[in-house]
Amino acid sequence: MTRIPVRKTYKLWIGGAFVRSESGRYDPAQLRRTGAEEPQLVNVPRASRKDVRDAVAAARKAAAPWATRTAYNRGQILYRAAEALESRRDQLAAGAGAAQVDAAVDVLVHYAGWTDKFQAVLGGINPVAAPFLSFSVPEPTGVVGVIAPDEPELLGVVAELAPALAAGDTVVAVLSEAGPLAGLDLAEVLGIADIPAGVVNLLSGRRRELALALGAHRDLNAIVDAAGDAELSAKLDELGAETIKRVRHADPVTGYEDAVALSLERIEALTELKTAWHPVGA
Amino acid sequence: MTRTSVLWDYAPAPEATDHVRLADRFGLFIDGEFRAPVDGRHVASVNPATEEPLAEVAWAGIEDVSRAVDAARAAQPRWAALPGRDRAKYVFRIARLIQERARELAVVETLDGGKPIRESRDLDVPLAAAHFFHYAGWADKLHQGVAAREVAPLGVVGQIVPWNFPLLMAAWKLAPALACGNTAILKPAETTPLTALLLAEICQEAELPPGVVAVLPGDGATGAALVRSPGIDKLAFTGSTAVGREIQSALAGRSVALTLELGGKSANIVFEDASLDQAVEGIVNGIFFNQGHVCCAGSRLLIQESVLDEVIAKLWRRMQRLRVGDPLDKNTDVGAINSAEQLERIEALVGAGEREGAVRHTIACELPGRGFWFAPTMFTDVAPAHRIAVEEIFGPVVSVLSFRTTAEAIDKANNSRYGLAAGIWTDKGAKAFEVAKALQAGVVWQNTYNHFDPTAAFGGYKESGFGREGGAAGLRPYLRIVR
Repeated sequence: MTRIPVRKTYKLWIGGAFVRSESGRYDPAQLRRTGAEEPQLVNVPRASRKDVRDAVAAARKAAAPWATRTAYNRGQILYRAAEALESRRDQLAAGAGAAQVDAAVDVLVHYAGWTDKFQAVLGGINPVAAPFLSFSVPEPTGVVGVIAPDEPELLGVVAELAPALAAGDTVVAVLSEAGPLAGLDLAEVLGIADIPAGVVNLLSGRRRELALALGAHRDLNAIVDAAGDAELSAKLDELGAETIKRVRHADPVTGYEDAVALSLERIEALTELKTAWHPVGA
Repeated sequence: MTRTSVLWDYAPAPEATDHVRLADRFGLFIDGEFRAPVDGRHVASVNPATEEPLAEVAWAGIEDVSRAVDAARAAQPRWAALPGRDRAKYVFRIARLIQERARELAVVETLDGGKPIRESRDLDVPLAAAHFFHYAGWADKLHQGVAAREVAPLGVVGQIVPWNFPLLMAAWKLAPALACGNTAILKPAETTPLTALLLAEICQEAELPPGVVAVLPGDGATGAALVRSPGIDKLAFTGSTAVGREIQSALAGRSVALTLELGGKSANIVFEDASLDQAVEGIVNGIFFNQGHVCCAGSRLLIQESVLDEVIAKLWRRMQRLRVGDPLDKNTDVGAINSAEQLERIEALVGAGEREGAVRHTIACELPGRGFWFAPTMFTDVAPAHRIAVEEIFGPVVSVLSFRTTAEAIDKANNSRYGLAAGIWTDKGAKAFEVAKALQAGVVWQNTYNHFDPTAAFGGYKESGFGREGGAAGLRPYLRIVR
């Protein structure tokens, strides 16, 4: 007798909790499983603007504690995420392909190694012509919105999440609209990687609707737009101007090399350089 | 026997102006020459301390902007192709010429903008020279300045600067742009074009290749034409958050790099363990320096409750000693408000402060009969929601608020849409570092305020803008990372 499998209910990941969209809406998606010939039809939550607001609120709440963790600790957590993703390699490879999963794991490892180094590279002591110890150090920008491309559906979001987390930012990401399952599975991976609740929030649904809600949110500090949609990019620029958001447009990454080629620049774009002046002597 | 304090009166000590050779009329500086504007429009630049015209200045229209952009575009490849060490020599020349003409530049800065000669002479002009000197040295070391990445200049950059530090902001913009191999179009502010035009003369004297720098005076329409010009690769703006927002929006959908240095409502935090007399000097420097026309002015004074009355009393006593008047007088502490328009803005916000119930204290002093003036003012009993505690006044007006604990000070300081600068007054090192780290501000000064240096990055968090000026970080906005 064949076993009746237990199917998974796909959920959004907001504030550390796996939730359905508050709107109750859903879209169908095709799940490819290892060993199965036919894809299985599954339901994917279609997040609403309210879900975006909840996610930003959760990310804001998580921002200060995440930023004040030690760089070493953030590195360990990113490395743990790589471990957790590797352990789900076979399952994810069935949908996204092994090469993409491998690249995503390696990207996480790459950025895990940046967390305690970019400060020394981007900052330093300023030799000011006055009796002060002046130094500049990059600090997290705050809450970052990520608009992931349709493809690659897993690496595309990981390549933008990882630099933000390395920089000490918290993230609300809009997943691939065409292939949201890998991103929703990623939530389960990150959920067991010691990432504190709210540091990463993952939303599936209609990209334009969610991206515009994110772009218009007044408590979001930066947007990384990797969707490759020129019309949406211009709209995000315009919305971003309202609260002087840092808006970065990036082409969807093509692979590991592409994702790490400008890794320092990706981190730098999501930091704020602070200059402190402390008196020396009187 | 108690010692009676002595109050001196000062004899006038005006800086002489006879060594200044200011032309009656200035053209637009395009392609290495001063030219008449296409529409022939000239507007007088006025001395805000006397309301008298200083010189007629050409204002650039759309066609002039496009001529300047074309010239900059044509000059850019050759400028970028110069060996770094040669580009450096041109920029070093500019630094030296500023030093040579320092006295003249200081006097013109004070005449055109209304700031005390003491400040233009001791701060604006020397720092402008220092910025060119600093960035000149970067020209042949660019990739070392950006963590050994391969870099390229952006191309043609538009630069729009404000009226509060006209020459210094021009230096902050031009020095890194030129060192990095870009060509630049500088638009000085409508009320203070003169030192930028003298800087254009200096570029000629330095034999800078034509087209590498253009100076286009004008008002907001000139700025908008520059922003909308299809020929620019990058725009750098220093000014208000409102205009910054318009610029960011106008550039939507275009691949034009952007950096913004915008407004602020910076917190100056006085802890009970500070050296209070030193703190009072710092508060005065933080808010009354340059008539409070400073984007990073310490305009929100946060005082720990245990010393609130004492600090207010000391500050009020100190404020009475401020000398307001002739900007050319070497004893003047607070000069003229930059323009009638700015004076109106200050008066409107001060009026709102009074209506909302804060208590106004303005020093009694004689103000000149002509020109634009506002006497140093302190507001007490200010609530965090009052407009004078939230909005940038950009004048000699400080709003006093209080706090009990360090955590409350940090919360209140960060409770702003701005994040440009902050001050911390305490003698406890550990506390200073703790608070400095927690503040969302691009610059944090401990036991000092309004200190600037070409090696130290300056720029904002949040709605105070993005991008940095100063130091190696200041190269980044003028370079493209190739790999």
